[in-house]
Amino acid sequence: MDYEALGLKAGIEIHQQLDTREKLFCHCPTVLRDVEERNGEFFRYLRATVSEMGEIDRAAREEMMVMRPFTYYAYDTTCLVENDEEPPAPLNPEALELALTMARMMGMTPVEQVHVMRKLVIDGSNTSGFQRTALVALNGVLPAGARIESLCLEEEAAQRVEGVTFSLDRLGIPLVEITTAPDMHTPEQVQEVAAYIGMLLRSTGRVKRGLGTIRQDVNISIREGARVEIKGVQDLALIDEVVRREVTRQVNLVAIREELLACNASIDEQTHDVTGLFSDTGSAILKRAKYIGAVCLRGFAGCVGREIQPDRRLGSEMSDYAKKCGVGGLFHTDELPAYGVTQEEVDTLKSALAAGEEDCVILVADTKKKAVCAIAQVQRRAAMALEGVPEETRKMLEEGSTAYMRPLPGAARMYPETDVLPVVVSPAYVASLEVPELLTAKEERFVQEMELDPALSHQLAYSTQVGLFEAVVGAGVRPNLAARTILATLRELSRDGVVVDAIGDDDLLAVLLEVENGSVAKEAIPDIFRAIAGGMDVPAAVESVAPGISDEELTGIIRAILAERVDFVKAQGMRAVGPVMGVVMQEVRGRADGKKISDLLKKEIQAML
Amino acid sequence: MAVIKLDSGYNIGVEPGSLSFLAKGEVSPAFRTEVVQNPELPELSIISTGGTIASRVDYRTGAVTSQFTAEDILHAIPGLGEIARFRAEVLATILSENMNAGIWKDLARAVYRDIRAGVEGVIVTHGTDTMAYSAAALSFMLETPVPVIFVGSQRSADRPSSDNVMNGLCSAAAATSDLGEVAVVMHASSNDDACAIHRGTRVRKMHTSRRDAFRSFGMAPLGAVQYPSLDVSLSGEAVRRRRDEPVLHDTLEEKVGLITFYPGMDPALLSAYEGYRGLVISGTGLGHTSADVITGIRGLTDAGATVVMTSQCLNGRVCDRVYDTGRDLLAAGAIEGEEMLPEVAYVKLMWVLGQTDDTEEIRRLMQTPLRGEFGRCSAHGL
Repeated sequence: MDYEALGLKAGIEIHQQLDTREKLFCHCPTVLRDVEERNGEFFRYLRATVSEMGEIDRAAREEMMVMRPFTYYAYDTTCLVENDEEPPAPLNPEALELALTMARMMGMTPVEQVHVMRKLVIDGSNTSGFQRTALVALNGVLPAGARIESLCLEEEAAQRVEGVTFSLDRLGIPLVEITTAPDMHTPEQVQEVAAYIGMLLRSTGRVKRGLGTIRQDVNISIREGARVEIKGVQDLALIDEVVRREVTRQVNLVAIREELLACNASIDEQTHDVTGLFSDTGSAILKRAKYIGAVCLRGFAGCVGREIQPDRRLGSEMSDYAKKCGVGGLFHTDELPAYGVTQEEVDTLKSALAAGEEDCVILVADTKKKAVCAIAQVQRRAAMALEGVPEETRKMLEEGSTAYMRPLPGAARMYPETDVLPVVVSPAYVASLEVPELLTAKEERFVQEMELDPALSHQLAYSTQVGLFEAVVGAGVRPNLAARTILATLRELSRDGVVVDAIGDDDLLAVLLEVENGSVAKEAIPDIFRAIAGGMDVPAAVESVAPGISDEELTGIIRAILAERVDFVKAQGMRAVGPVMGVVMQEVRGRADGKKISDLLKKEIQAML
Repeated sequence: MAVIKLDSGYNIGVEPGSLSFLAKGEVSPAFRTEVVQNPELPELSIISTGGTIASRVDYRTGAVTSQFTAEDILHAIPGLGEIARFRAEVLATILSENMNAGIWKDLARAVYRDIRAGVEGVIVTHGTDTMAYSAAALSFMLETPVPVIFVGSQRSADRPSSDNVMNGLCSAAAATSDLGEVAVVMHASSNDDACAIHRGTRVRKMHTSRRDAFRSFGMAPLGAVQYPSLDVSLSGEAVRRRRDEPVLHDTLEEKVGLITFYPGMDPALLSAYEGYRGLVISGTGLGHTSADVITGIRGLTDAGATVVMTSQCLNGRVCDRVYDTGRDLLAAGAIEGEEMLPEVAYVKLMWVLGQTDDTEEIRRLMQTPLRGEFGRCSAHGL
């Protein structure tokens, strides 16, 4: 696809959780919990409130179409602030410091005074009905040239357990939201910028790691289309695919609009009660239904069932809108006969609505109230098809296609958080913040200064253990030994079921220093770690696994082994070193360094020859 | 700092020196929707004293709007219009910590007037801090045949999770119910499932911020209003609606104090109450103070003041006949405040002293339950 010709414009919002000690507006720890550990539960209703400008936000209004009680799980690591039963604590200074550090890394201008806002969110993910968010810095630029528009500090929402049940452990964890300008023009650029920002944030060493701790929202439009915001792309590798599929969707919707306009398509205003037509149907859903509503979309035949994205049709879009009324979905005649509905029933239905070959009929089965509401939503969405691409907030599906979530929110959703005092950010404070080394620079330095293998350097720089690695090397351990121990040895032990968390950073350093001063062979490291993980301190572990061996003792062992193999050694000469070495290593089992053994062995063999 | 609202909706603060005047902004018209009242429904009166339950914050000025018409209330709490039709009045626009006896009198007269005019019930919206004091004051000042319901909200009305809508709807349901006394209607738990109906003389705010801050003392709540069904249930103890005319007793003695005794308290503090006609002391345990303070109390009673002992325990009855300290207090002229909450005893003493000067009659009234403020028997199993 020629993205330039289509006029693709894309920007991203990166949401990254911060690894602070406390939450953004309370003093609870930022830990996630298993829902089985909950020790409290309550439920509430949320209602859209009128904004400071006197309007109800359109996204909030849509969420309110069905009033339902939301259930929340509480833990011994959450408090009344998460329960929306206590005013918030002051803005967490550690989180603000980290956000300002990130802003400096991107050359942004901090605001002079940070004001916390309430962003209306009534999908249940926030007990209060709003998310607290503050604009911290503006206008930065990345080395690759992408412009950063803003950096906000926000509280994380509660995690949806299922349906309308939420878990409060995640609510209030600080996160930064970084918004780029819509400067990207190809799917690949979007991915590169997202990857770069992710790297930059991880360079602080103070962000949360793991699935769900970073999420990307992508804003996409093409010239003929409209701005669409896709929420919650968790997997960086899928970003370019999401962009490609959204462009495809918009291109197809534009094509459908052209077709519909060409055949003077229109939408019936009337909703028909067709419950009676399906009293003897083979479709279980329709037979069970209290009420079946139908509407005719004139000139829509073939368009509703047309695929606009892998596994997504115009009909899926209409179904997403209908579901806001609480219905399970809809049927359309482009996909019928199927699902137990016969051709005969389709014919009867179509003639009841005076629908022709070129028309499509939509069916919704539920209570009358819900079905009528859903049909109205279908009519709305069908009308949008005549306009082309509607502005929407969408959510990502598994493979990279998307589904409708809600309208794009307007400015009406934001109003001041009057319970949190504004915070002044002084230029002197910002200047005093230390800017961390970028992971890319670190990787480069490992290759240049430590002569590490590039792949290993990359792995190290992006690992959560990079701090430990640098500390160990700083204490005098050879980079290679440090890297192998941290990346390979610990991982292998962990795989074998050893509790490597029990091995402290100080223990690890102490063992490596023993190796470096020659008193322990590096081959003994895994067994020493096992002993430490089993509860021993470092000296005891070293003594039990690899008691020191003197040169005399080692020489004695070598001589004894050689004495049993006199003929072999005489026949092979120096070629015997290799095979005999193995025997000696087996005997001393890591109590002496391999190089020392090899030196002594060569000397003794030479002496024999 | 000057505050700027950006197009994104965010506010930021900037040094005013860096700004220059461009032009005045447009004033957007006040937002209003038409509300139609249903003449078939019973009429309720809503009297506002300045609580936040139905208020709107004006974010341009930071002020809470003072208009409070029936339309405003019906707009703020959609659903009220399906329960009743309303007449509304703004009696005061104060934070409830600024409540005083003068406003209590105005409030009692306004409620009395509306009941005389034939409303089915009265709702008083009130800040939660001193709501229990006001509910007690109205309980004594007014003999009411219909429900007089105090209601408020713990979480501000501007948030989608506010308790104002549910509390408001439950208060209207209680105000049209078979109840016939002054009560407080607020969240029964942290869930949005029911409001409790508390007797006005038995209720206390027991949490700074939780929705279910209000609790009944010495008795179970009078009843509950389920949500969202708005079904009202009343206990056998709840006084029922009657056809009588209301009676107003709107005199209060304002020279009455309420103090908390604490270990090491300087007895000289009591001298601040010289010239007062009454003092309620929230004592320790069964109703005690230190020996030093008893001497001070003796001075007050000798000068003609009424001193009533209550307990910081809040739960349970005062008994000054068990320990020497108590007996000394009685000897010094103090009256046992029975099971009364200290605040209730304070309000009642203001009212009793407003009704009579006779020392024996004052003592008798203080030790007689007049509005269910205490029972003859202390309930068990609460």
